[in-house]
Amino acid sequence: MGEPSPDGRFGEYGGAFVPESLVPACQELDRAFRSAWGDQSFHDEYLQILEEHAGRPTPVTDALRLSERLGVRVLLKREDLTHTGSHKINNVVGQALLARRMGKHRVIAETGAGQHGVATATACAMFGMECVVYMGEVDVARQALNVFRMKLLGAEVRPVASGSRTLKDAINEALRDWVASVESTHYCLGSVTGPHPYPWMVRELQRIVGDEARDQCRRMLDGADPEYVVACVGGGSNAAGTFAGFVDTEAKLVGVEPAGGAAIGRGLPGVVHGSKSMLLQDEHGQVSESHTISAGLDYPGVGPEHAHLAAMGRATYVPADDAEVLEALQLLAVTEGIIPALEPAHAVAWVARAAGTSELPEGSTVLITMSGRGDKDAQQVMDLLGS
Amino acid sequence: MTTGAVPAEPGTLEAHLRSQRDAGRKLLVPYVTGGLGEHWLEAIEAMAAAGADAVEVGIPFSDPVMDGPTIQEASQRSLDGGATPLGVLAQLEDVHAGVPLVAMTYYNLVFRTGHRRFARSLAASRVSGAIVPDVPLEELDDWSRAADDAGVETVLLAAPVTPDDRLVRICERSRGFVYGVSVMGITGERQSLAQSAAVMGKRLKAVTDKPVLIGFGVSTPAHAVEAATEADGVIVASALMRRLLDGASPDELGALVAEMRAALDAG
Repeated sequence: MGEPSPDGRFGEYGGAFVPESLVPACQELDRAFRSAWGDQSFHDEYLQILEEHAGRPTPVTDALRLSERLGVRVLLKREDLTHTGSHKINNVVGQALLARRMGKHRVIAETGAGQHGVATATACAMFGMECVVYMGEVDVARQALNVFRMKLLGAEVRPVASGSRTLKDAINEALRDWVASVESTHYCLGSVTGPHPYPWMVRELQRIVGDEARDQCRRMLDGADPEYVVACVGGGSNAAGTFAGFVDTEAKLVGVEPAGGAAIGRGLPGVVHGSKSMLLQDEHGQVSESHTISAGLDYPGVGPEHAHLAAMGRATYVPADDAEVLEALQLLAVTEGIIPALEPAHAVAWVARAAGTSELPEGSTVLITMSGRGDKDAQQVMDLLGS
Repeated sequence: MTTGAVPAEPGTLEAHLRSQRDAGRKLLVPYVTGGLGEHWLEAIEAMAAAGADAVEVGIPFSDPVMDGPTIQEASQRSLDGGATPLGVLAQLEDVHAGVPLVAMTYYNLVFRTGHRRFARSLAASRVSGAIVPDVPLEELDDWSRAADDAGVETVLLAAPVTPDDRLVRICERSRGFVYGVSVMGITGERQSLAQSAAVMGKRLKAVTDKPVLIGFGVSTPAHAVEAATEADGVIVASALMRRLLDGASPDELGALVAEMRAALDAG
């Protein structure tokens, strides 16, 4: 997974479909990221912060009891053990450093489950930056704990009442803020979506997940790579970061989409939020609403590089529905003592369903990125399970 | 590359706006969200009769990121009423405005419909121009080829942050007129016109002979006069749509357009 073309394309997907008011900012960000990413001192500081504040490197756990249950060997890349509880911190630390380098002291972000919002609020607190997080009203209600965490961290949370009142609308509102504030404000986008350079930049800032995991797996597997590498996909940042570490190996890459928001599985090519990718939409091009219990995956689009990996056949994208996700969450809890967030529970759900079939034959070795921990979902899962 | 550097013959829209401007008139382009309520087609005719030089028609999109609360609400209400892109265009065939029409929409509707089909549909409905704000210069070629072939003039936007060299390229590629965004922000009524509006008008007039219109936040007749001091005219959207959402009749919208017309004529 290399650089996109100069016009920000991964194959036919990507680009920068933004209003003229945002064109100079996207170009500035491209230049700033290119310069920073080629600068060893930037890498050093990024890694130092992730080590000292965020607990990197995260371990890979050999999931022995789950493996025994499923008949495949499961390894878990433990992003759930990072500070703030998900892989989102990796991207945010990089973008906060970049914002500081560009002289921008105000940061805005969108959030679905609240994990990216919490991570952004955390980084802004560390760097002394002003932070505003846009969050759909539906998500504010179902992720109340994360809303409170963001406020404790000094961020302002602005509920979004338009459209489906979820992640898609939070991004719309963040873009509207950015159009008006772009000269002083950095938009810290949380996934591998949006206009160039975001899909590329966020994947690069997340590739630490895949790079670490590849080395860790080789140590655990006597130099071998896992045969399958699986991650959940909403916008697709933890999957992109994970896949980046394995794309040049023999591993089969599997992205698991929510059945009610499967942009690659059920969408068509389209353009929203600045890039061309796969998109859930009606026959006229109006964007459809996605429906899933997972706020972090509740998005009708997907990052353009995933659309490209799917088109090339390098990665496959499969669905998991709400019921099997809830089962998978409980399965991991009782077999491994790990309560995953609803998002990575999608990846576990596919592995549980596919294990022992031709999709994932018995005896295979499979790495799952455990992108976040389940604390944020405890109340919602309690309500859903009715206990 | 397309025909960016080759001076094309002005199309219907540009020719009309040029002739009005060259006759000493300040240009006034009001906006209506297509499919909004039962009287939007009559609203177009009323606005034209009240002294509009062209009318901009919004084709509603589910995720209008350049628009403020008023146009968002207008778009959503229109979509809730069953409006579709080709349906709105089909209805426009029956409008007798007597002035050019310009469609404004977002790129996904164009992309999903197909560039050529969308461009041909505009032409078939006698829509002279198109504004697609999320297609900047770098992404323009696919659409502009189809639009040029269908004789549809693609209007480009310039923003206060657009650098000088880029402003020149935008003016070269823009057809019909050049749309100067008055302020860094989204559409919507504002108490006062941004100071950046005059700067935008001046910068554009310094680099192009094409008609230059200023939009975003032009809410009152006084704003219109102020914005048209440097520029050739104005685009008025949210102030009109607020009234339409509040239940104003086509005649009442026409009356507001007439007020703006009178203010511009009085200078």
